[in-house]
Amino acid sequence: MKVAVLRFPGTNCEFDTQYAFEKLGHTTELVWHETEQLPEEIDLVVVPGGFSYGDYLRSGSIARFSPVMKAVTAYANAGGKVLGICNGFQILTEAGLLPGALKRNNNLHFISKHQNLCVINNDNAFLNKCDKGEVLNIPIAHADGNYYIDDEGFKKLEANGQILLRYSDENGNPVVVNGSVTSIAGVCNEAKNVFGLMPHPERALEAILGSVDGIRMLQGFEA
Amino acid sequence: MTAVVNVFLKEGVLDPQGKAAHHALDSLGFAGVSDVRIGKQIIIKLDTEDRAVAETEVKEMCETLLANTVIEDYTIEIN
Repeated sequence: MKVAVLRFPGTNCEFDTQYAFEKLGHTTELVWHETEQLPEEIDLVVVPGGFSYGDYLRSGSIARFSPVMKAVTAYANAGGKVLGICNGFQILTEAGLLPGALKRNNNLHFISKHQNLCVINNDNAFLNKCDKGEVLNIPIAHADGNYYIDDEGFKKLEANGQILLRYSDENGNPVVVNGSVTSIAGVCNEAKNVFGLMPHPERALEAILGSVDGIRMLQGFEA
Repeated sequence: MTAVVNVFLKEGVLDPQGKAAHHALDSLGFAGVSDVRIGKQIIIKLDTEDRAVAETEVKEMCETLLANTVIEDYTIEIN
C-alpha cells in the first residue's frame, strides 16, 4: 500500500504516522500543504494530528483551505480513501468531507490519556479487522474533541452505520470523556471512504507503550 | 469601512466556556445571572465605502471561513 501523509504548518504527528504505516510494511510519502496534486497511485491519504496553523480561529479551519485540500477533496469525491486523525478529523469536518463539527472539550481541558473505545460499526474499509462491540485501548490527546451534530444529522449517521467508535469503559459501555454527542469518537461519510477519529491509532503499535490495538485499525485499509 | 463580526455558538449548542464563566460569576456572588455565552469578535477593515458591497462581502467571509455554521451563528455590523 502507498500512503500519502499530509503536512501543514503545525502538524506534529506526520512522522509517527509514517512510522506506523512503514512498520506495517507500507510505503509512505509526506505531502506539503502547498502541493496541488497528490502523489500518483496512492491507496490512502492520511491527514495526521497536530495543531495546523496553531488552531487559530477554529481547529482545522485554515488548513482546510490549503491547496492540497482541493486535491484531497477531488480524491475523496472520486472514491479515494481518506483518514483524518485528531486534527486531521477536525480538518475533514471543516472541509465538509465529514459531517458534524468538533467543539472545545466540555471540561475545557486538554485531555491526554489512554482511552477505551467500543467499535460500533465494522462494515467499512477502516475497522473491518476489528469486531463489532470490541473494546480497543487507544491514546487520545486533544482539546477540541467534543463531537457535535444536530439531531437530524445524528439520525442519518446512525441509520447509515457511519458511527465508527464511541468512548467506553472496558466493557464497551459508553462513557463521557469530552462531551461528544452519544460519546462519539469517530465517524465516516455516507459513502464510507472518508474516516475521522480523535484517538491516535498510530500511537498504539508497541506493547511497551501500552497497547497494540492500533495495528488492526490501520491494517483495515490493506483489505 | 469597518465590519465588526460577532461569532457565537448557536442557541442549543452547549457553550462550555460560557458555562464555566457563569459558574465563576455565581461563586463570586453575582446573583441574577441567567446565562453566559462566550464568543469572538473579528474586526475587518475594508477598502470599499459601499455599505451594500461590504455587507455582501463580509457575509461571504463568514459563511466561508469566519464561522462554522454547523455550530456557530454570526452577526455583522458595518461602520
